[in-house]
Amino acid sequence: MGKTLFDKIWDSHVVKNVSEGLDVLFIDQHFLHEVTSPQAFDGLRDRGIGVLMPHRCLATADHNVPTVNQSQPIKDPLSATQVASLKKNCDEFGIELFEIGHENQGIVHIIGPDLGITQPGMTIVCGDSHTSTHGAFGTIAFGIGTSQVEQVLATQSLVLSKPKNMKIEVNGSLPFGTTPKDVILYIISKLGTEGATGHFVEYCGSVFEDMSMEERMTVCNMSIEMGARGGLIGVDQTTVDYVTKRAEIDHEKLSWWKSLNTDYNAFYDKKIAFRAEDIHPMVTTGTAPDTGVRLNQKIGDAPHLSTKSLQYMKFNAEENVSDQVVDYVFIGSCTNGRIEDLRLVANLIRGRKKADGVNAWVVPGSMKVRAQAIEENLDKIFKESGFEFREPGCSACLAMNDDKIPSGSLCVSTSNRNFEGRQGDGARTVLASPLTAAASALTGKITDPTLFLDEN
Amino acid sequence: MKINSTALPLAIDNIDTDQIIPAKFLKQVDKIGYGKNLFYSWRYLQDGNVNPEFILNQPERSSAKIMIAGNNFGCGSSREHAAWAVADYGIEAIISTQFADIFKGNAYNNGILPIELDKQFVDILLQKTMDNAETEVNIDLENQMISCDAINLNQPFDIHPFKKQCLMQGIDETEFLINLKSEILAYETQRGEPV
Repeated sequence: MGKTLFDKIWDSHVVKNVSEGLDVLFIDQHFLHEVTSPQAFDGLRDRGIGVLMPHRCLATADHNVPTVNQSQPIKDPLSATQVASLKKNCDEFGIELFEIGHENQGIVHIIGPDLGITQPGMTIVCGDSHTSTHGAFGTIAFGIGTSQVEQVLATQSLVLSKPKNMKIEVNGSLPFGTTPKDVILYIISKLGTEGATGHFVEYCGSVFEDMSMEERMTVCNMSIEMGARGGLIGVDQTTVDYVTKRAEIDHEKLSWWKSLNTDYNAFYDKKIAFRAEDIHPMVTTGTAPDTGVRLNQKIGDAPHLSTKSLQYMKFNAEENVSDQVVDYVFIGSCTNGRIEDLRLVANLIRGRKKADGVNAWVVPGSMKVRAQAIEENLDKIFKESGFEFREPGCSACLAMNDDKIPSGSLCVSTSNRNFEGRQGDGARTVLASPLTAAASALTGKITDPTLFLDEN
Repeated sequence: MKINSTALPLAIDNIDTDQIIPAKFLKQVDKIGYGKNLFYSWRYLQDGNVNPEFILNQPERSSAKIMIAGNNFGCGSSREHAAWAVADYGIEAIISTQFADIFKGNAYNNGILPIELDKQFVDILLQKTMDNAETEVNIDLENQMISCDAINLNQPFDIHPFKKQCLMQGIDETEFLINLKSEILAYETQRGEPV
């Protein structure tokens, strides 16, 4: 029996088997941010120990940072304290930090891949559930709690039960205007928020093979939204090209990377397949990411839709999702804050204006993405269309900074969660692709992006 | 470890960590005091007053140490603040049909026992404890049994032996790993893959 990609990476990182199904797993790369790390550093102080391998750690400030006037002091004293604590802790424990103002600052899951730090075959953790993003590179990457952040700081290892293997295969050609975000929203709508709990998902098939690395990151990012511990994709030339453009890699490592694929006769605990032709632009209508529907459907057609979530969203199940009035559009987050996402948006809105009454925010995922967008003059397109082009951070994905959606307002968001109050108390969130978000900003209603796209 | 207590029934599926503790309360740099904001948006009205409809605000539920929830409790974010809030409020065990993986790990690391039972048992427990706030539920970790005399329930539950040992003996996983330091360092030096 062959091995899955997941098993190959896991097995090669086991320091020791503790007992049945429980391993001590070595962690190659630990990313940190200001929200889930302060108590972990305090734990080290209480124990009187240091960080075992600071060179395997990298920190950035992202959740609390403002997206306007970043050079000014943070107004919220609690946010300011948290960001200052990260700086103090990194200085004290010898960890590299990209703080506000640093040319590499950005959302933790955007900067790791973009700087060539995320590489195939690694085990990667961070105190953030969207660490699954890095699985796009053929890594085992997953979110951890603060106690585990402390464990990794102290020992570069974790005690873990080995998750099961799950294969999700999508073959065929995606319909026009359908993006990787739509693919993952479709999969989650089919599986539910707990459909992959206890599993690591491997995405297989031509749809994922054809995607760029940034597109694969969007898919892997949302693996946690169906309960998966993480999601990953095998290593191919696309992966190798992306990483070698960003990091110096020797021949030995390259040949190892090329072996990082699932053997043809490997066993999966669970398998599911979808047809690319069945997937179309999607939006969610409820308060969980598994309530996705196609843009021409009735709100009530969404799966997993509870009465409670309909009430919260103030939606009428009988209405068409495309008729709903939009107040805010948020383009950004670790799901869709990369340069390719910004290019998609700019291309769709070029020469057009946003609708009156819509607040449209474009928040790049990192300083590097922002600089690249400016170099390509995307910032001018955003401005001419009436979109605000802001400074990098997690922003309105979870509203820990000032970017909150007011109570009752409807936001079409490219982020990953539409939970009650996620974007601010009483905020109503509809998850969508950057194309759908851009099209919705132009019309002021939830809108099918294909209306604005030229098929040729 | 034995827990004998009345219960807090929350018959809602997919309770996410944003509901357990909203992001605006994640700005502290310590671990204390999160209990007062547990289920904040459900517990308080928009004007800041307590919501008398929500079960946590019912006086007869104030001493409950066991929470019973719908399927897939704790989905969403990795924030351990959710587990800190649950523990700080005084909950020692949560019963559900399934927990999200990260929350489950966080619960263990904060001395909260997550118990997974078949839906039929969870539903009966939810119903009985909702109907009668005085219904007592008994959890015996050593013998891995959960019982509720009011419905003649006497049901074993699963737990990984290592997790059980940690909870029973107060073993700290981090301390356990620190004791393996020489093996971890040797692994890094010896392993074959050129990471």
